[in-house]
Amino acid sequence: MSAATWQRRRAGLRESAGEFASYRSGLVGAVLLVLVVLLALAAPLLVPRESLAVTQVTADRNEVPSLAHLLGTDSSGRDVLGMLLWGARASLLVGFAATAMSMVIGTVVGMAAGHFTGLTQGALMRVIDFFLVVPSLVLAIVLSTVLASGLWTIVIAIGVTSWASTARVVRAQTLTIESRAYIERSRALGAGDAHILGRHVLPAVMPLVLANTTLAVGAAIIAESTLAFLGLGDPTTYSWGSMLKRALDTGAATAGFWWQVLPPGIAIVLVVLCFTLVGRALESVLNPVLRSHR
Amino acid sequence: MTIASNDAVTVAADDTPRGASLRRYVAVKAGGALISLAMVVVLGFFAFRVLPGDPVRTMTQGRQVTPEQLEGLRRQLGLDDPLLVQFWNYLRDLATGDLGQSYVYKNSSVAELIADRLLPTLLLTGTAAAISVVLGLWLGQRTAWRRGSWFDKVHTGLALTFWSVPTFWLGLLLLLVFGGGLGWFPTTGMTTAGAGYTGVEHVLDVAHHLVLPVITMVAVVYAQYLMVMRASVLEEMHSDYLTTARAKGLRDDLVRTRHAVPNALLPTVTLIFLTVGGLVGGAVTVESVFSWPGLGYLTYQALSEPDLPLLQGTFVVFSAIVILMNFVADLVYRVLDPRLRSA
Repeated sequence: MSAATWQRRRAGLRESAGEFASYRSGLVGAVLLVLVVLLALAAPLLVPRESLAVTQVTADRNEVPSLAHLLGTDSSGRDVLGMLLWGARASLLVGFAATAMSMVIGTVVGMAAGHFTGLTQGALMRVIDFFLVVPSLVLAIVLSTVLASGLWTIVIAIGVTSWASTARVVRAQTLTIESRAYIERSRALGAGDAHILGRHVLPAVMPLVLANTTLAVGAAIIAESTLAFLGLGDPTTYSWGSMLKRALDTGAATAGFWWQVLPPGIAIVLVVLCFTLVGRALESVLNPVLRSHR
Repeated sequence: MTIASNDAVTVAADDTPRGASLRRYVAVKAGGALISLAMVVVLGFFAFRVLPGDPVRTMTQGRQVTPEQLEGLRRQLGLDDPLLVQFWNYLRDLATGDLGQSYVYKNSSVAELIADRLLPTLLLTGTAAAISVVLGLWLGQRTAWRRGSWFDKVHTGLALTFWSVPTFWLGLLLLLVFGGGLGWFPTTGMTTAGAGYTGVEHVLDVAHHLVLPVITMVAVVYAQYLMVMRASVLEEMHSDYLTTARAKGLRDDLVRTRHAVPNALLPTVTLIFLTVGGLVGGAVTVESVFSWPGLGYLTYQALSEPDLPLLQGTFVVFSAIVILMNFVADLVYRVLDPRLRSA
């Protein structure tokens, strides 16, 4: 690609970034997310993993929040704040990994369904339609029951069941791009499928996928917590969903131990809300139609 | 599912052009629905056959059984047959409405269990969907009409926050506050056990049990209707026909209700049907939290055992319902859109 192309794209990016900064809610969301990610990365430094082992705890069970344990302790005497920090790692990891998987499948299938014609397109459209209508949580439940339980099973279950809406959006965008004159020119000059898809279509659908991604991470985090709540999570890791599941199983909810029920839920809501705000701001920046009447 | 504001436009663009006949349109949509249904049936079979565990062991868990008994059970369930023979038997049974035998509820077939639970689920999701649609659409057009106002800011903010709440967690909070703490509403089941109400009393009892599950579902679901309707009305905001309506001297309220809303409603209606799949997901979690005796709770019970034939049955039935609803959506859309109808 020529230097001029890159220059144009860089200028476009700068403009978009400036536009994004003018959405206050999106900016607040982005700052909070960076903070949460940093806290999750720093979790091993702040709270040693060993201190959360049931055999190592020194605190009493179900302790009320105090200076020593800011969010109290759980039914095994583990520090709730420490588990919350470690839980952020699993919840964010599942959220990002499942979304990455879903975006890759969605982009590839969507581009192919828009680019190719005939039987390939027909078959791909049927597959997209199927995943679009099939109730994703029920399918995710089936997948995670059938596969061995673990963090990656959850990632696969969410990734496989959530890509269809991306594929549909990407397909629509691909059709729009491919109807433009420069694609025809490129084809006339002898460009093959790989060149058109890789050099022209992909860069053009990426902004759309990016906005979609931010919204999807939030949905994936909710899906993770729901699967964990239904008992399909990885029993060996801490995630916000599994903390809530444990609080339920040990009767913390009915016993009124609010510090075990509220923090994981609030953490989920906060992070998902941030992703939604950032995603909506990105969508408005990248979609000129929406920009005019924000 | 994402709150994408341009979804409706894509859906509309995918539809058949004006000239296509109604019969062709219905045939294409019905064909699509049938293919999806076939894929559900195939997936429903093969997903459960790649399972590494041994279903017979799961069934007999915690009891003394001889290897001969295990062998007999395996033969009785047809697990020894080649995969293709099993698949053929499964298809044949399915065609006659036989979804197999539950592992855990020994005396009931899967079909019976599901039939028993169908009505409570329809009652819960139907009520919740109706309330969320009305609430979401009404708030959506109000917020769009007065965008930037405090009304708009408060309601979009609230909707986005509720949208970010995991359904089960909201259910838990309501359970703690209104069920456990204040004791205003019952927390489990659909009827008061042993009360034996009849007639009006029974209806009121069920309605009382319905309150918390419905609130939970509505709170999480109405946001997407609000956002879609809001975006849809915003698309219409600068249309010439609205200027004309104003120039005629119509009151602002009439411009909104007679001109803007009917046009904005069109793309929204299709999306409402497309969210049925999401409603089913909500039903699973809400019913699990409140022990509501519906299909979702049955799914939860099936997966915690795990009772594989039952789980397979609920998967097939849930998916079939959603596919059917989407087919209905396509037909409704055709009827609603005058441009397609007159063609």
